[in-house]
Amino acid sequence: MSQKILLTSKEVNIILHRLACQLIEKHLDFSDTILIGIQPRGTFLAERLKDLLEKEYKIPNIALGYLDITFFRDDFRRTNKPLEANRTHIDFIVENKKVVFIDDVLYTGRSIRSALTAIQSFGRPSEIELLVLIDRRFSRHLPIQPDYRGRQVDAINGEKVKVCWTEQDGEDAVYLINK
Amino acid sequence: MSELSVNHLLGIKYINEKDINLIFETADHFKEVINRPIKKVPSLRDITIANIFFENSTRTKLSFELAQKRLSADVISFSAAQSSVKKGETLIDTVNNILSMKVDMVVMRHSNPGAAHFLSQNVKASIVNAGDGAHEHPTQALLDSYSIREKLGEVAGKKVVIVGDILHSRVALSNIYALQMQGAEVKVCGPKTLIPKHIESLGVTVEPNLRKALEWCDVANMLRVQNERMDVNFFPSTREYAQQYGLDKTLLDSLNKEIIIMHPGPINRGVEITSDVADSKQSVILNQVENGVAIRMAVIYLLASKIK
Repeated sequence: MSQKILLTSKEVNIILHRLACQLIEKHLDFSDTILIGIQPRGTFLAERLKDLLEKEYKIPNIALGYLDITFFRDDFRRTNKPLEANRTHIDFIVENKKVVFIDDVLYTGRSIRSALTAIQSFGRPSEIELLVLIDRRFSRHLPIQPDYRGRQVDAINGEKVKVCWTEQDGEDAVYLINK
Repeated sequence: MSELSVNHLLGIKYINEKDINLIFETADHFKEVINRPIKKVPSLRDITIANIFFENSTRTKLSFELAQKRLSADVISFSAAQSSVKKGETLIDTVNNILSMKVDMVVMRHSNPGAAHFLSQNVKASIVNAGDGAHEHPTQALLDSYSIREKLGEVAGKKVVIVGDILHSRVALSNIYALQMQGAEVKVCGPKTLIPKHIESLGVTVEPNLRKALEWCDVANMLRVQNERMDVNFFPSTREYAQQYGLDKTLLDSLNKEIIIMHPGPINRGVEITSDVADSKQSVILNQVENGVAIRMAVIYLLASKIK
């Protein structure tokens, strides 16, 4: 197994600022916007962006929720391991709101397909956008593309993109791992 | 993630503490799901489940059906009273006929102890025991422990007294297994005629005096007197039973601490507990019913994930 660094901590930081600015450009004061971190790994990115928007760009009261898609996945009973659920925490109604899904890596698009179904349990959003840190090109199974992307990566199927966050892994970095 | 150690839920006796914890953790997620504006997930949309009830049931049957529907499973329900069982069909024949309609899981209640176990060895489907005679009622015990955990933080180290008709109760046996597995201490309390001989061999103690039992416990699980299973009189009269073993507000308030009151339903109001106790803030009877759906969703989800 070999690994190559795709993004360093400094690059991750620059990208986070850019993504925050792109969000502001579209959503201005975020009064009708809700950020949804996709469990488990999208929540770190979502929390970072909320933090940046509130502290650096002085936009108060950003609504942030966490959505777990386990029970909406299309591979139930099709994998060897049982699917492990995570906490969903959405204490608001998303009816008529602009929802931004936030995830670390966009790969096949199946997680986002599940999230699109799962979010309907909380109302009918007026629109849904997708923000990802890493967009793995050429590996989509479904017609799903991000609205905001940190970095586009060409990785073959045998490779894995690993996003590390200080909170969980001790550093901010993105690696390409050759399995 | 770990998975259940069993392919069927036949009784608490056949599972372990790890299984119970996994079911509880999964139920936590489903409890959140059933409190959403839209209370349904599509996980089991390619699973078909048959609910076969050879004995009467309101709560358990509805709870199982609701759990299955919340998981998007296809459900067929069947009551023995309206079926060919009356025409003399055997249990295996009945179930195999249902299974040939491509059913993946069977939830069964039967009056014979061991019926679910027997079925699991003879038919190809995942079996969930929804009560077999006076033997076990595993999902009830799981939801009881889950409700204790929810109210008191954990089950380990807690003192639980099961009061009433222990002799005819599958809820009592499953609860004893489940509570002890999680490290709780269990006493039983009731008229001598309704306490099985040698029950001490399960590691429980018998306390014939209700007041003493209540003063000892953190949780009191008040069982129903199962008149339908009694072919002889086990106590002189219902009135005398209520006086000796019924819990009323005066007794509850006279205790030196607040205990939690549970009841698996259906309640005979005024016999094992009075209305004001059943409706008091110490009672978690309706929480038990809500938790029942989440627990059954977890059990069905975890068993279904093992169907290949």
